[in-house]
Amino acid sequence: MAITRDEVLHVARLARLALTDAEIERLQGELSAILDAVGKVAELDLSDVPPTSHPLDVVNVLGEDEPRPSLPVGDALANAPSREGGFFRVPAA
Amino acid sequence: MSWEPVIGLEIHVQLKTRTKMFCRCELGFGDPENTRTCPVCLSHPGTLPVPNAKAIEWTVKLGLALGCEIAPHAVFHRKNYFYPDLPKGYQISQYDQPLCTNGRFLVPGPDGDAYVGIVRAHLEEDAAKNVHVGGAAGRISGADRTLVDFNRGGTPLVEIVTRPDLRSAEDARIFLQLLRQTVVELGISDAEMEKGSLRFDVNVSVRPEGSSELRTRTELKNMNSFAFAARGIAREIGRQIEIYEKGGEVDQETLHFDPTREDAPPLRSKEEAQDYRYFPEPDLVPLAPARDLVERARAELPELPGQRIRRLERDYALPFYDAEVLSGLPALAALFERTVAAGGDAKATSNLVMNQIVAAGVDPAVVDGLELAKLVEARGRIPRAALDEAIAASGTPGFRADDYTADTAITDAEELRPVVERILEGNPSQVEAYRGGKTGLLGFFVGQVMRELGGKANPKVVNELLREQLGL
Repeated sequence: MAITRDEVLHVARLARLALTDAEIERLQGELSAILDAVGKVAELDLSDVPPTSHPLDVVNVLGEDEPRPSLPVGDALANAPSREGGFFRVPAA
Repeated sequence: MSWEPVIGLEIHVQLKTRTKMFCRCELGFGDPENTRTCPVCLSHPGTLPVPNAKAIEWTVKLGLALGCEIAPHAVFHRKNYFYPDLPKGYQISQYDQPLCTNGRFLVPGPDGDAYVGIVRAHLEEDAAKNVHVGGAAGRISGADRTLVDFNRGGTPLVEIVTRPDLRSAEDARIFLQLLRQTVVELGISDAEMEKGSLRFDVNVSVRPEGSSELRTRTELKNMNSFAFAARGIAREIGRQIEIYEKGGEVDQETLHFDPTREDAPPLRSKEEAQDYRYFPEPDLVPLAPARDLVERARAELPELPGQRIRRLERDYALPFYDAEVLSGLPALAALFERTVAAGGDAKATSNLVMNQIVAAGVDPAVVDGLELAKLVEARGRIPRAALDEAIAASGTPGFRADDYTADTAITDAEELRPVVERILEGNPSQVEAYRGGKTGLLGFFVGQVMRELGGKANPKVVNELLREQLGL
């Protein structure tokens, strides 16, 4: 399945990636190869196989609604490139 | 040509669990910013979400109240988009396997029952709060920076999507109020619009009466009150009809009503719109609500507000309006039922409870139904003033209707004055409290005087004397 240049650009835009022409060309080939590999599965008759949403055959892994301590605000903000008071500061959204 | 509005709603309800959806940070309202965060809700690398068992239980409960089917197998998905209130770059939500689907919610009206179809109700995490600063105050456009508070980020949020089954702004208002009352009575949400724990968007289109087509709809976002929404919907219906009647076409668009409180990612361009690239959340295993737990939750559902309106109408032959008002406050409905059970005439009791008890600010939960039934019975033959005084005192402990309905009451102020003075002298702390503003104690004093006199005093005169002696 051949991925077009426009499809690569679309996905790149959604992921906020700026790509060079060389990268676009390379990704066209790589993404096509990945889709072809996955496409092999489509050759099988899977009409009565439910989709797998998780590889483990486990359900209902839950936590009780009991509070645990949160981080001190200084720790929460420690890695923030920019802050203002107790807030994270980012460019105008 | 006459036109029919077609309205659907998308409602977000924050659950009032103690902790967040996928971590155990405690939820609060109005805490200092970023004091309720941890590596999970700040999306640090390597952290893993753990769903809140209570939030899932409550979503199942809500789904049952909405008449939904509870999925035997439900899955969380990632909804991918970039926005500063969403540090992972995706929201954990549900997509094609939500917890609750295909419901039907009773909305009683004066002309009969209506049912609003529920497409789905699913569980997700709320985004953090963005504060846009600089430029025009609080507006997104013109702000020069955005400040982010992650306290709200990760709050359990149920999204309810209705079918386009509503036909007027008034229908939408009634539906929303019943839904709000339902979640409040289920005890799963405060559902307060001012605090943002209830939010909704409205989809509106119009079509020729009798047609079943669905025309282009517009979306009204960020409504901040029911009344505001009803006005906004009515205006939008009018706008669309005018466009069609002039031969124009309605554009699909989103109308933001309160731009300081946006909750959804802005659509930067048509081609990016709706391209959320949902896929199953690999960090979470599926949910499989146990059938016996679901059935037990179904059996434990309380009477829902819509059902209560219908029951009050049916069992007591009340007009729709009465049933709706009484049902709006469960304690009021309960007082009504206690009073009728004690022998009060249904319609007379309804009038008295809806109007006078409410107007007097009496807490219906503490009123004795038997005593109120006596007042209902006596209402026509005692002076209006005596009835008013009795109603005002009906919430005080030991209240006896006979004290106000006795027909051999003493009306001579000079005869009553010494008793009033004695009671005030005997209760100095209440007198002080009354003078300090607790004017509801007037009923207490009236009650004491009445008890002293075995109910043989005209309550109106007693009241006047009390007010005089208390200096107000």
